[in-house]
Amino acid sequence: MLLIHCPYCEEERSELEFRWAGEAHIARPENIAAISDEEFAEYFFLRNNEKGVTYERWRHIHGCGRFFNAARDTVSDKFLMTYKAGLPKQPIPAATKAEAIAEEKTVETWEQTEGDAR
Amino acid sequence: MSASSNSGAFRIKGAGRLTPARTARFTFDGKTYTALEGDTVASALLAHGVHLLGRSFKYHRPRGILSAGPEEPNALLDVSRDASRRQPNVRATVQEVFDGAKIASQNRWPSLKHDIGAFNDLLSPFFAAGFYYKTFMWPKEAWHKLYEPIIRRAAGLGEAPKEGDTDHYASRYEHCDVLIAGAGVAGLTAALSAAATGAKVILVDEQPEVGGALHFDSSTEIDGKNGFDWAQGVAAKLKAMPNVTVLNRTTVFGYYNHGFLGLAERVTDHLALPSKELPRERLWQVRAKKVILATGSIERHMVFANNDRPGIMLASAARTFLNHHGVAVGRAVAVYTAHDSAYEAAFDLKRAGIDVVAIIDNRQVSGEAVLAEARSLGIEVLLSHSVLDTAGRHRVSSITVARNGEKNSRKLKVDALLVSAGWTPSVHLFSQSRGKLRFDAESDRFLPDIYAQDCISVGACNGTDDLSTLIGEALSAGAEMAGHKGAASIDAIAFAGSNLYEWTGGMIGAAEGAGPDTAVKAFVDFQHDVTAKDIRLAVREGMHSIEHIKRFTTNGMASDQGKLSNMHGLAIASEMLGRPIPQVGLTTFRAPYTPVTYGTLVAHSRGELFDPARKTPMHHLEAAEGAEFEDVGNWKRAWYFPKRGEDMHAAVNRECKTVRDVGGVFDASTLGKIEVVGPDAAQFLNLLYTNAWDTLKPGKSRYGIMTREDGFIYDDGVVGRLAEDRFHVTTTTGGAPRVLQHMEDYLQTEFPDLKVWLTSTTEQWAVIAVQGPKARDIIAPFVEGLDISNEAFAHMSVAECTVMGVAARLFRVSFTGEVGFEVNVPADFGPAVWSAIWERAQSLGACLYGTETMHVLRAEKGYLIVGQDTDGTVTPDDAGYGWAVSKKKTDFVGIRGLKRPDLVRTGRKQLVGLLTKDPNEVLEEGGQIVADPNQPKPMTMLGHVTSSYWSENLGRSIAIALVAGGRDKMGQRLYVPMKDKVIEVEVTDVVFVDKEGGRING
Ligand SMILES: [Zn+2]
Repeated sequence: MLLIHCPYCEEERSELEFRWAGEAHIARPENIAAISDEEFAEYFFLRNNEKGVTYERWRHIHGCGRFFNAARDTVSDKFLMTYKAGLPKQPIPAATKAEAIAEEKTVETWEQTEGDAR
Repeated sequence: MSASSNSGAFRIKGAGRLTPARTARFTFDGKTYTALEGDTVASALLAHGVHLLGRSFKYHRPRGILSAGPEEPNALLDVSRDASRRQPNVRATVQEVFDGAKIASQNRWPSLKHDIGAFNDLLSPFFAAGFYYKTFMWPKEAWHKLYEPIIRRAAGLGEAPKEGDTDHYASRYEHCDVLIAGAGVAGLTAALSAAATGAKVILVDEQPEVGGALHFDSSTEIDGKNGFDWAQGVAAKLKAMPNVTVLNRTTVFGYYNHGFLGLAERVTDHLALPSKELPRERLWQVRAKKVILATGSIERHMVFANNDRPGIMLASAARTFLNHHGVAVGRAVAVYTAHDSAYEAAFDLKRAGIDVVAIIDNRQVSGEAVLAEARSLGIEVLLSHSVLDTAGRHRVSSITVARNGEKNSRKLKVDALLVSAGWTPSVHLFSQSRGKLRFDAESDRFLPDIYAQDCISVGACNGTDDLSTLIGEALSAGAEMAGHKGAASIDAIAFAGSNLYEWTGGMIGAAEGAGPDTAVKAFVDFQHDVTAKDIRLAVREGMHSIEHIKRFTTNGMASDQGKLSNMHGLAIASEMLGRPIPQVGLTTFRAPYTPVTYGTLVAHSRGELFDPARKTPMHHLEAAEGAEFEDVGNWKRAWYFPKRGEDMHAAVNRECKTVRDVGGVFDASTLGKIEVVGPDAAQFLNLLYTNAWDTLKPGKSRYGIMTREDGFIYDDGVVGRLAEDRFHVTTTTGGAPRVLQHMEDYLQTEFPDLKVWLTSTTEQWAVIAVQGPKARDIIAPFVEGLDISNEAFAHMSVAECTVMGVAARLFRVSFTGEVGFEVNVPADFGPAVWSAIWERAQSLGACLYGTETMHVLRAEKGYLIVGQDTDGTVTPDDAGYGWAVSKKKTDFVGIRGLKRPDLVRTGRKQLVGLLTKDPNEVLEEGGQIVADPNQPKPMTMLGHVTSSYWSENLGRSIAIALVAGGRDKMGQRLYVPMKDKVIEVEVTDVVFVDKEGGRING
């Protein structure tokens, strides 16, 4: 079970206390009533679903209740950083990123086990 | 007879650490035996000369005890106290004997000695690796009828208990600075140095007492004491320290992310009469800052022909039985080894007066010291020799021995054969922590290499064999993991230790006489009956990855997870593939390290606590009135209140009539409630609901619809404005948590500048709905400080007042179409207010009604239930609530989604009423609707029935349905094809009762 750092409580708490809340940094258009169908689809339906580092929202639902942003590596489940809602997308320090890529290699993925065997 | 002779003819006087006076009686397959306290089932049975304990999985071959620990693959038994407290597949080498234990062998019929399944052994050419995959493929239908039942019966191990488990289990969380897994020399030593720093330490060991290998290794001296005694002294010292927790009989079964570990503590399995207060097992979920792995190593067996007969066991196991339990595993014992350590088993037995037939060592050279000691004890040592075969039906009776490479063999009579191919470091937890192993070709073993978490391996699991080195390594590791680097902190507690002999040797793979050119049964995996031949066959059939070889042969896939077999299997595969072991790879180690019962994992979450029921404050009063309850989410809601002799239909008909004719009282406490407060509260609700809220005056309420951005109905409910800055929002019964989450999401992330606070108040209010022509009359005497006349308190009014002296919120609101009030009082006062209102209601001829009547009455009025009449693809307009979508607002959640082309097109499914041609026909909810029942299949379906009831008030059935273009089909005939008939219906308005709506304002 992961430990997740809540940027509001300023401490690491057990994964049990949190709930995932979808991709981060998708702002609701100010003029939403006026946007085109394509813009609406882009805003509401389409998600990146990246393998590797992804930005997403989490909520400390059984704690302070706050929504916040997190950068997580979807391969290793490693949280690279968390920061408060409303802040712009935070760049990931090079060292953290290198660490994340290294950790990806420790993960037992299909490619590493079954895949290679083919 | 003395107690010691009672406890078995193979008990050696003066040997072992058990107390002869303390006995326990148990039965094995119906026969009673006496054991000593501290015996395992294995040692107790061996003391009586019982070696045959079970039949193997596939071939039903007789099997005995192979080990003395948790790695045991063979001796799996059924252990019970009574019918409900019974557990199959218990390892005889782990289960401690308790007085009154009932123990039975498994996987045999009709008896252990005469097992009909042993026929499989003769058919073994057909049961080779991959047999199931290849044979049971075709025809498909045969799976259910033929193959599966046969495989299940033939290949089962124990039988699952049929009765509910009457034991209880516990669970707890813990945090620590350093968790140490394993309390052998390395673990104890590391614990001493970690604890000396003051760090919070948890030391975990799976055995009843600490010591690990010191259980059998009687020649070790530490700190001037016998090793085992030293270990007990250290444990006592650690237990006395306030910063240390020592957990015995506890297995670290899983090592997960971020220092999170799962521990299973067996609390009462060794007790004859456990206190009812005690849980049988306890799950510990520990978050450790650092972890020290001191998990030791496991001895491997030798792979040779017929190496699985009862009486053939690991050398260290025989030493445990002798040195710890005081039991000799035979009277004429031979040793077959590739490692020096097994010599010591021969020495110990010889000194205990047992005949040691020979030590057969397949190496050309053994350690000088052990060889010299064997000579001085007069034990014959056959170097460069191997055991080529064994004989004996239910127990080994002789072995065939030959010099390596020579044909001439001789038979030696034995009643036990001790084997050792060397030691495999227990790297399971290290590997679970995602650490990477490296293969050390010199010692033929995988050792920890790259760490993925804050942990360190010490001792045998780290490949450290020499005792002095091991103690030094463990001392530094303990201090370092506790945050104190450097020698200073450990000098004060340092001590010395010594072994009599240096350990050398070891082999992996098949031994002499079991090579690729042979067809013998040389078992690699005992529990799954996998032989060296099976692994070679897998390679020949094209399996080149160890993961595939594992699945094809099932090697290492039994409940022992290949603790003995993995390395042998890998070596045989590597030889066949002509590739070095690191290139063949190692299968992944997964949690749990040893089997964990469901009871432990489930702990308290069973029965009523599995999914706790939510009850309203008036629940017990409703139960006393005879209510039947239904589950709505986690809520128990009063469903209907049958009187004597009434079935559900009769009760609901009576309730429906009474509410419309007189009045009814209904528990609406489960409605979700959210308090929305703040200067921007109205603006916030404007954004979250399709309706306009700034126009709502304090003291009034309004029905609101909430959509998501996609424009589909998400929830609905009545919202009352108590003051300029305060709203009492109600949601559907199941919707409260997600509506609050949805509101919080927008408030925190999209509209963070709004000054609004949201509070869940669902449980704060008991809600008593009073509906019907006499509703006002019923509540009037209890309401204080408020004029509730129709003129002063019209439909959709809300006010704060007192009811029976209790601060209340009163809503004039109706979900029946009759005059209605909802009395909100603080939950604690709910029962008292309910009782008073119900007493008066009863005297006026009103009734109690439940959710079923509520559903019928609202359907008679065409009121929507979100989640029943809508399914996440229904817009407000589809549902006939287009009027609830503000045309003036420039923004609200869903404003853009509602304009999507598909949501504004004609022909969308719309909510309409349906009346069956036959008024007595009640449609089935979910029934599909078509225009022409005679069209070819698949028919064009226009929609489906969402709600359908018998309406006693109308004397006929009514239904609500989603029908494509429904509002343009008023008066049209449609059809609902059922399995045995076609039901004709007419499309109507959704309002069936009081279409003008006059009653509600009465
Ligand atoms: Zn928080």
